Amino acid sequence: MAKRFTLEDFLALLKKYDVEVIEDVKIDGDLEIELEGSAVDLTAFTALYSLLSELGNFLYHANMALTYMQRLSSMLGIQMPFQLQVPTQIAAPVAKVEVPAKPAIPEKLIEARFEPAKVEYTGYIEEVVLGATRADGGTRDYVIKLGGEKSLPFYIFDKPQPNLPAIAIDVFDRPPALAKAVKVHYEDVVGSPAEWAKKCVKKFGADMVTIHLVSTDPLLENTPASEAAKVVEDVLQAVKCPIIIGGSGNKDKDPEVLEKAAEVAEGERVMLASATLDTDWQRICEAAKKYGHVVLSWTQLDINNQKMLNRYLLKRANMPRNSIVMDPTTAALGYGLDYAFTNMERIRISGLKGDEELNFPISSGTTNAWGAREAWMTESPIEGDTPWGPRELRGPIWEIITGLTLSLAGVDVFMMMHPLAVAVLKEVFNTLGGKVKGGVADPGKWIFAEV
Amino acid sequence: MKVKSPLEIYNFLPRTNCKECGYETCMSFASHILDRSAKVTDCKPLVRDAEKDSKAKEKLEKLLELTAPEIAEVVIGVGSSAIKIGGEEVLHRHELTFFNPTAFFYDVWDSLDDKKIDERCDRVVSYKKFYVGKYLTLDGFAVRCTSNDPKRYAEVVKKVAGYGKPMVLIALNPECMKAALDVCAEQRPLIYAATEGNWKEFLKLALDYKVPVVLRAKDLNLLKSLAVTFKSAGVKDIVLDPVTEPLGEGLQGTFERVIQLRRKAILDGDKDVAYPIMVTPIAAWLIEGDEVTKSYWEAVIAGIFIVKYADAMIFHSLDQHVVMPTLTLRFNIYTDPRTPVQVAPGLREINNPTPDDPVMITTNFALTYYTVENDLGSAKIRAWLLVLNTEGICVEASVAGGKFTASKVKELINETKIAEKVKHRYLIIPGLAARLQGSIEDETGWKVLVGPIDSGRIKGWMEKNWPPKK
Ligand code: B12
Ligand code: SF4
Repeated sequence: MAKRFTLEDFLALLKKYDVEVIEDVKIDGDLEIELEGSAVDLTAFTALYSLLSELGNFLYHANMALTYMQRLSSMLGIQMPFQLQVPTQIAAPVAKVEVPAKPAIPEKLIEARFEPAKVEYTGYIEEVVLGATRADGGTRDYVIKLGGEKSLPFYIFDKPQPNLPAIAIDVFDRPPALAKAVKVHYEDVVGSPAEWAKKCVKKFGADMVTIHLVSTDPLLENTPASEAAKVVEDVLQAVKCPIIIGGSGNKDKDPEVLEKAAEVAEGERVMLASATLDTDWQRICEAAKKYGHVVLSWTQLDINNQKMLNRYLLKRANMPRNSIVMDPTTAALGYGLDYAFTNMERIRISGLKGDEELNFPISSGTTNAWGAREAWMTESPIEGDTPWGPRELRGPIWEIITGLTLSLAGVDVFMMMHPLAVAVLKEVFNTLGGKVKGGVADPGKWIFAEV
Repeated sequence: MKVKSPLEIYNFLPRTNCKECGYETCMSFASHILDRSAKVTDCKPLVRDAEKDSKAKEKLEKLLELTAPEIAEVVIGVGSSAIKIGGEEVLHRHELTFFNPTAFFYDVWDSLDDKKIDERCDRVVSYKKFYVGKYLTLDGFAVRCTSNDPKRYAEVVKKVAGYGKPMVLIALNPECMKAALDVCAEQRPLIYAATEGNWKEFLKLALDYKVPVVLRAKDLNLLKSLAVTFKSAGVKDIVLDPVTEPLGEGLQGTFERVIQLRRKAILDGDKDVAYPIMVTPIAAWLIEGDEVTKSYWEAVIAGIFIVKYADAMIFHSLDQHVVMPTLTLRFNIYTDPRTPVQVAPGLREINNPTPDDPVMITTNFALTYYTVENDLGSAKIRAWLLVLNTEGICVEASVAGGKFTASKVKELINETKIAEKVKHRYLIIPGLAARLQGSIEDETGWKVLVGPIDSGRIKGWMEKNWPPKK
């Protein structure tokens, strides 16, 4: 808080500035003060105040006097004595006036400069390339680069962000259990992963596709690894984008399935999902190295586990640093998103600060958002709730906000499903990434216009 | 907060361990001040001394200053519905926690007819969404002056004030603002906004009516100059609006400005910008497109800035697809990451169960417990609900992490004496705990039925499976 000035202080200030005599201040009967000449008589002020105190509506005049002094102060380039205690120093007049004391309003803004705080990280996030074009021994039309950041996500005012987050749409090798709002977009391609993949790329603008080999689960169809690998070949034929290959999540079967898939995708630089602490990560890594792929290192909402698994992949499996992506687990909006967000944010900041066991690109299974009942239920099961509105609108936005939040924590690749959610998130990334020119003409128009 | 260790606070305390504050020792009290779970003024001896002695008073004031939050706190509204914004300490929630959730204000405007105004206001005040044991509600109104008529504006503001929620008054014309303040200043509205063009008049209004004020400027030099000027003139309750641009480079620029403001305040300790930040997702309604496009984009802008530092927001849409995700996100981001939210374990009687009604089990993670409790309540199901102490972890994770086990279930059955309260021996477990079916049967001798995966579906499940066929 600024020091409180009193009238005495102000007068002392004037003295200091060598304003000794104030000539020609006339105080007439009406208490009009006039200033003629360049200097002000201090005694005149003192006289003014004792005079004022005798008058009923002194406030009006006091205020005027203050304005006067204020003008004076700006003339002299002196900081204005805000919150003058003048009115309180004056004996209260007999007649009660209900007007509040009006502190001084300065003539001009006090100019201040805003110097942004500097933030620099010593570390960086590894850049991982997915896909290989002909030049690199693959058959993809393009590659997708993940990572490479030297600052927090979209802080392009700190450091340019070389690669904006990419979006991969999920494709399944068997009819999955999906929320209706999602299902309607894929009904015509369920049963044909190749057609499904095509639709994702051509119609919904996916950068990549993830083929989930769920049917290999021994508790489901138990499709043999060699057969599942054929699906991978089909998909590689059907689309020319980089691809991600997922197992069923069965920790005993996945290594075998991913190994086979890696073999048929040799040279295409796919991402194998996933190596986890309780699977044979060694075997998955060997396959990745042998056929030139990337491994997804998946742990469940635990930064220490993530660090441990990454260390295993680096030190024991000798994975190259440019071939690891992490999935620290995604929880949906309202269902643990706070845990997922903070876990990822901590991982990203540790990476940027130089932790070389955590500075890898991050992947998010954003489709998880559809697990939230707010995304898929027709109406609220809870009596007192305000009606939830059409779920066709709730579902996609649930996926969008889940993804958006995690993008701000540092996610580099999103696995998602609803076409509208994909489109909106792309727009968000391009916008925050500085790739969308322009804006609206008058951003203040909402203040006075009907919107 | 300037102090970093409890010791620094301890030195200011009476050090008598008198326990009046509710803590065992002064040191313990000091550490609670540090994590902001106690207030300095809870040490009554300290306050009493300060009343008597000017030295002690100085000391108290110094301590208050040292323990003040990094970002100023501003109160909008009065009484029980008043809300506090700002008061933050850190840039990332894991560094401590975020304290005062972003306040959400909803648009009403004065060129709308009275009936429509009431409709909108009703929707705001009656809004409820159940989440983790309580209903989430909306904070207040943003009353915009679109008529540019002081009389009409004052009339509408008075009407909206009648709903008893905090308000942001939105008018750039000082005359309109003054007219509105004349009818509602004692309700402590936030006035929006002082700009380069009207700041003198708004400064006067803020001083005369003693209300908090938003300063609006895109240029951060200007914004800071406004803040310095207002502060020097004696205005304490300041909110900064670095102008929300809804699209393209504009939106990226907004992102930058908001982050720069907060970073400057927290990292450099620059008190001249250490104020709450206002963001206006309503600006999304300026973009081209249909209503869904605009409302989706409004939710997107809100989402970005709930995560990144907005302390107050103005929304236009009252549609659930905007309200529900933004309210939920706010709750998540502002949840204290230091403590898992849990409820007391034990036995709960839902809808006055009889000895023939089912026994169910769930976890003591607050999100799980309240979801289940409410689903049962809403579906009017009578049940005995066992709440297992999983240390505040949900079903699936506690099963996977070994906190939901057959032996713990057995203990809970014994402790609650549930066997004496029901005539049957059937226990319904969550679908996500299915793998424990056999082991619970072995351990307890009860017959275990695997319920649905989502408790919202217990009703349908019960129709088919309860009472159990022998
Ligand atoms: C948030 C979260 C965490 C948080 C926990 C937060 C908390 N306080 O619970 C943290 C980070 C601590 C965590 C830790 C772990 N987690 Co975790 N976690 C999640 C996550 C993302 C969300 C869980 C959630 O909040 N669900 C919401 C609540 C409301 O659901 P719920 O409790 O199940 O309740 C519902 C139903 O069960 C049912 N229900 C509940 N009670 C009842 C009762 C009856 C009678 C009936 C019929 C129904 C019913 O209705 C409820 C409403 O829908 C899930 C993944 C996901 N997206 O679901 C993983 C998940 C549950 N976690 C998992 C794992 C493995 C773990 C860890 C073991 C990881 C590790 N190796 O450390 C630890 C274990 C923790 C421990 N020590 O016990 C796995 C479980 C895998 C499995 N099936 O075995 C999951 C599924 C992630 C995954 N896909 O791998 N986790
Ligand atoms: S009330 Fe004050 S003096 Fe007494 S124990 Fe608490 S902190 Fe110490």
